Amino acid sequence: MIPAAVIFLYLAAVLAIGLVARRASVRRQDAEDFFLAGRSLGPAVFLLSLFGANMTAFSILGASGHAFANGIVTYGLMASSSALIIPVSLFAVGTRLWALGKRHGFMTPVQMFRDRWECAHIGTVIFAVQAVLLVPYIVIAVIGGGTTLRAVSGGLVPFWLGGAVVSLVVMGYVLFGGMRGTAWVNTFQTILFLSFGAIAVVAIGRGMGGFRQAVESMLASPATAPLLTRERVSPLYFFSYTFIPLSSIAFPHIGIFCLTARRLAHFRKTVVLYPLCMLAIWLPSVFLGVIANRATDIPAVRAKVEARATLAAEGPRLSAERRDQLRAEASGDEVILKLVEGYAPLWLTSLLGAAVMAAVMASDSQILALSTMFTEDVFAFYAAATRARDARQVQTGRLFVVLVTVVAYAVALAAPQSIFDIATQYAFAGYAALSPLLVAALFWKSSTCWGALAATVWTAAAVIAVAVLQTVVPPPATGAAVSILSVAGVDVISRAASGTTVLGLLPVVPMTLGSALLLGVVSLCTPASRPTSATLARYF
Amino acid sequence: MLALLATALLYALHQDFWFWREARPLVFGFLPIGLFYHAAYTIATSGLLWVLVRSHWPAHLEGVARE
Repeated sequence: MIPAAVIFLYLAAVLAIGLVARRASVRRQDAEDFFLAGRSLGPAVFLLSLFGANMTAFSILGASGHAFANGIVTYGLMASSSALIIPVSLFAVGTRLWALGKRHGFMTPVQMFRDRWECAHIGTVIFAVQAVLLVPYIVIAVIGGGTTLRAVSGGLVPFWLGGAVVSLVVMGYVLFGGMRGTAWVNTFQTILFLSFGAIAVVAIGRGMGGFRQAVESMLASPATAPLLTRERVSPLYFFSYTFIPLSSIAFPHIGIFCLTARRLAHFRKTVVLYPLCMLAIWLPSVFLGVIANRATDIPAVRAKVEARATLAAEGPRLSAERRDQLRAEASGDEVILKLVEGYAPLWLTSLLGAAVMAAVMASDSQILALSTMFTEDVFAFYAAATRARDARQVQTGRLFVVLVTVVAYAVALAAPQSIFDIATQYAFAGYAALSPLLVAALFWKSSTCWGALAATVWTAAAVIAVAVLQTVVPPPATGAAVSILSVAGVDVISRAASGTTVLGLLPVVPMTLGSALLLGVVSLCTPASRPTSATLARYF
Repeated sequence: MLALLATALLYALHQDFWFWREARPLVFGFLPIGLFYHAAYTIATSGLLWVLVRSHWPAHLEGVARE
């Protein structure tokens, strides 16, 4: 059991950071200060907080869990492609967003879309799709907080109380500190992540008696040797994953973070150092997740390995319920917790407790982004006649922070986690499919609001279709695939244990290409809706 | 144009089919070659971005922001 005292110390520390941030902004209580930290973040806080905002609970817990089941492919699927595409998108798109935000006072991407395409209600449609795709992340974070506190306290803190404590703390520092508090807490969390990875590798390596022997014994076993290669993953599937990081710049909280830098030059270090931060966090997480397969002297890990072996040997003969049960038992999400508990000293276990809490509390920037969007894209926009003054916008923003948190908590208590797991899985694809909007707005003069609408509606429809398909068609046994749509003997849409595929590709590929194509074709078909030359002159 | 080509080349190098089914050699005695390749790829990415930032920095945007 991870000492609960460390967890509560951590929670107190982040709350204190929020309060200090409020004191730092006490002389300036306008909307720009609350929502964007007054566009004044320095280079170090900008890098670490932007990176932290991109890292979810998945980075430490989920990455090692995925690697435990799938092997070293996890790093190539999720880390090295992101290490290229996210900084390139910050370089090409983020810097332009920053400049336009600084010049025209935009606080959200939708404000920029409305101005760029001279559209009002189409901007609201984009807002609605962005907001709906963001909500599941906030709910999942509440569920993660409740589950983690229950686990690390050995059941002493019930789920409802753990979720409430985490929600209150996140709400507290977002409410008091706004963007400045969120950025400082994210910086603190990123430093924790970065320190944890290297220390954990050294401590667990010593505990296991070195990694060489563990890797050699994995290679000697037919069950584990494939985990050290990528032979179980098709090259098409691997390629598909390179589309997922396109979602990063389209996430509203990342777009909004781009507006917080004091100077354009702060992007330089962020762009160059971002891949190295990815390496520092993901390489240890993935490697430890893979190597956990040899840690069968830890009973909890052994039970997972056995459940997976049963699934592989008897999967097709088992009922769907039994397969689901075995999948849950084999899930590796907390495998890194078990490794640390099994091999590392108590002080590292405590540090992990704090890092885990940091991971599950990564919803702060999303809550603030949703509150900023509600305030700026809906409240301030539609209350334009009585244009909300700064102080009133801040009050409204704070009210939305409370509302979003309370609703997310209520939903987390009522709804099953599986629904939100599916929603977050496909929200990445949804945001990737929205990325052509940013590219078109910033780089293509002939794009129109109708093209943007077509891409947005396509994205929403595709996310719903894939989520419904994923829910209705149960996953087959590992290694098998069920054909859902076949044309002339070619499987167009298939359902595998790992998800849905379209011509062997992840849905994100046709979704993103379809979105870009629709945006292009519809824009070319609606030249009369091109913005005025005065508007275009402000952008090109 | 050169920057675009270099970025496209690095993107293509992500699809390293040549190490697909190989675990050996184990770099440093324990790191499978496929994982080492992608770790080195991540460092190379940082290197390319350093060159891009030095040679193609959109400095004019500072002016756009001030207007």
